[in-house]
Amino acid sequence: MSNMTSTGRHFLAGIDELKRELGLQGTTVAARLAQAVRGFVERDLHALDEVAIGDGDINARQMAIDDRAFKLLALQQPVAIDLRVIVAAIKVNADLERIGDLAVNIAEASRRYMDYGVIDEQEVIPRMTDVAQAMLQWSIDAFITGNVGLAQTVLERDDILDTLRDQAFRRLADTMAKTPSVMPSALELMLLTRHFERIGDHATNIAEDVFFVVAGEDVRHHAHGLAASE
Amino acid sequence: MPTPMPVMTTTAPAPSRPLTTVVPPARALPTEVPQTAIDVDRLSFFYGQKQALFDITAKLPAKLVTAFIGPSGCGKSTFLRTMNRMNDVVPGTRITGKLIVDGRDIYGPGVDPVALRREVGMVFQKSNPFPKSIFENIAYGVRLNRLAADRSAMNDVVEESLRSAALWDEVKDRLHDSALALSGGQQQRLCIARALAIKPKILLMDEPASALDPIATQRIEELIYELRSKFTIVIVTHNMQQAARVSDMTALFWLGKLVEFDRTEKIFTNPAAKLTEDYVTGRFG
Amino acid sequence: MNHDAIRRWKSTIVVWLCGLSVLVALVPLAFILFFVVSQGVQALNWDFFTKLPAPVGEPGGGFANAIVGTLMLVGIGAAFAVPIGVISGVYIAEFPATKLATMARFAADTLNGVPSIVVGVFVYGIAVMPFQQFSAIAGGIALGIMMIPIVTRTTEELLKLVPPALREGALALGATRGWATMTVVLPAAAPGIITGVVLALARIAGETAPLLFTAFNNRFMSVSPTQPIASLTVQVYTYAISPYEDWHRQAWAGALVLVSLVLSCSLLARFATRRLERLQTGH
Repeated sequence: MSNMTSTGRHFLAGIDELKRELGLQGTTVAARLAQAVRGFVERDLHALDEVAIGDGDINARQMAIDDRAFKLLALQQPVAIDLRVIVAAIKVNADLERIGDLAVNIAEASRRYMDYGVIDEQEVIPRMTDVAQAMLQWSIDAFITGNVGLAQTVLERDDILDTLRDQAFRRLADTMAKTPSVMPSALELMLLTRHFERIGDHATNIAEDVFFVVAGEDVRHHAHGLAASE
Repeated sequence: MPTPMPVMTTTAPAPSRPLTTVVPPARALPTEVPQTAIDVDRLSFFYGQKQALFDITAKLPAKLVTAFIGPSGCGKSTFLRTMNRMNDVVPGTRITGKLIVDGRDIYGPGVDPVALRREVGMVFQKSNPFPKSIFENIAYGVRLNRLAADRSAMNDVVEESLRSAALWDEVKDRLHDSALALSGGQQQRLCIARALAIKPKILLMDEPASALDPIATQRIEELIYELRSKFTIVIVTHNMQQAARVSDMTALFWLGKLVEFDRTEKIFTNPAAKLTEDYVTGRFG
Repeated sequence: MNHDAIRRWKSTIVVWLCGLSVLVALVPLAFILFFVVSQGVQALNWDFFTKLPAPVGEPGGGFANAIVGTLMLVGIGAAFAVPIGVISGVYIAEFPATKLATMARFAADTLNGVPSIVVGVFVYGIAVMPFQQFSAIAGGIALGIMMIPIVTRTTEELLKLVPPALREGALALGATRGWATMTVVLPAAAPGIITGVVLALARIAGETAPLLFTAFNNRFMSVSPTQPIASLTVQVYTYAISPYEDWHRQAWAGALVLVSLVLSCSLLARFATRRLERLQTGH
């Protein structure tokens, strides 16, 4: 690439910067989520309150990333892989911001749950938090490094998360039927499972975008990614 | 967690078919798979001892626009000129392989290059109107090929050609003025009209807009877009955005070889060859 | 003094030197014109253009036959030289790599350098001696031979100046090479070729030496190609070396007419070129 023009290098630097900022955003969001989970598991009100304050920084960075991507599209007329990277970056940006919102929702729901009184979660919630956090981290890594294999793993995990959520619903429904007094707590727990399941969906979106960027294939709405689209 | 430094590796899947087999845009067109207008079979071209084209094989579809892109000196203009045997006028040139138009190898025995050029017209990079009147410029080719029986037929042909080149309204009141008094963009449209007047089946265009300003360029591109359904058009361009805007199929040439030939939308969204991707994204000069 | 001032000073000096050189170059022309006009205009009258030369020693008479003779000789020369010159020029430009073209080019250049008197003697040998007769035709041939190289080279150079894109445009429409050359390239070069021809005419109109051995001279009016014929140049020569005062004055007048002829050829060439170019380009 030594004979690239200075405008070409400028453009590539812009794309690198875009990816770097997305990576940063991913890190921030994952950290926020981890703190919310820790606050729930360790019953740490202080941690939960910190998360529940809001994600202003995440929102601000989302807007900056979208703006940069938009400028690159308008001024550079990218094609092929550059175009796919920028379009995917815009979508991943939206998914990350939503995950940030969900972290806030998780913190708020956890706080209310602790106010209502802790009940037996029957180990479903912790497993969901593990899977969801793993999916998030893997999907971000896969996007940054272009690792299609890792993205595939994320797509496969989504079913596990859905199964866990259905399981949690049934068990909590049973519990509520047997002991109606725990309903407020149980409802908050149900809400929590829903949030984690949604995090899994967003991580799945990010993983699908990896396929789009690397292979130019649109694997959305297929079961299990590339294998099913052939 | 350490912040991962963004390093995007691009590993496109290996193509499952040779890159130079054409995949006609069957999904793009509503009707049947297009026929082949020009069938090129292992064509190699030599300027004396120096080889300029290496084993080109491709089927250019009919009634569509095919663009040739690639860096300067990669052979795309040379290849274009083999299609109407314009290279014959350069001494010492040699061809191996076949180039089949209308079922016949145009480099085979018994083919008259002069007659070929009636079927395969050409528009050049710098417009080259004759130093005659606008009318005479168009009439020249018509007269040469005896395509108009009398004066009124000639007038009709001239008007029709100027209309198809979107020039009629601008020049209808000064048909007998010198062609060289027109602007650059008008002159190029005149050259297109002149080529269209002899009703070729195939129109070759060698960087037709490269000497024009952006507005004139846009009009030429519009013209190409409108002509596509009536003629097979092959256009050489060094402007990739133009190729993307105007063509249905795109072929990338590199150092005399045909690197990839596919639907334009594929070349510019997800090309199969790394060289193609590097070229269209500007990783190479 | 700083560098800028020195540079400006040098520039001024050079500009003045150039101007001076131009003046020096113009001086001979100015003198010639001055002398010819001042001396010749005295003897210019209606008789000069209409009367034949008077008998030796007698005053009066004119140059009518010489004027007609020069026109006729130049006409014959052009009729002979222009087709040959243009066609050979076309050949050299179209097939420059052939042996014939190389030889033709060499021949034209050499012929250009042959002294005019040698051309005269040569034509004397082939066109005068066998017929034992000086003639206008022989004179025309001699002038034509001198004109051919000029026309050939002019045609060749101008054809080469025509952009190859024009020829390609014609070929792309289905013209053969020959047809493209005749109908597109040659017409495009025509203004320049015509200029070249007119200037060649002006040049041969002023030749004397070849005519001495071929057309000779004629005291009477003649338009016959097979008879000797008078010409302005030979007549001026004859009168100038004569001992008669009256004839000297008439010689000046003849020189004036000759110079005017050459001048008007140049102007005509310039005018024709401009008109033709305007026709071709619309500017």
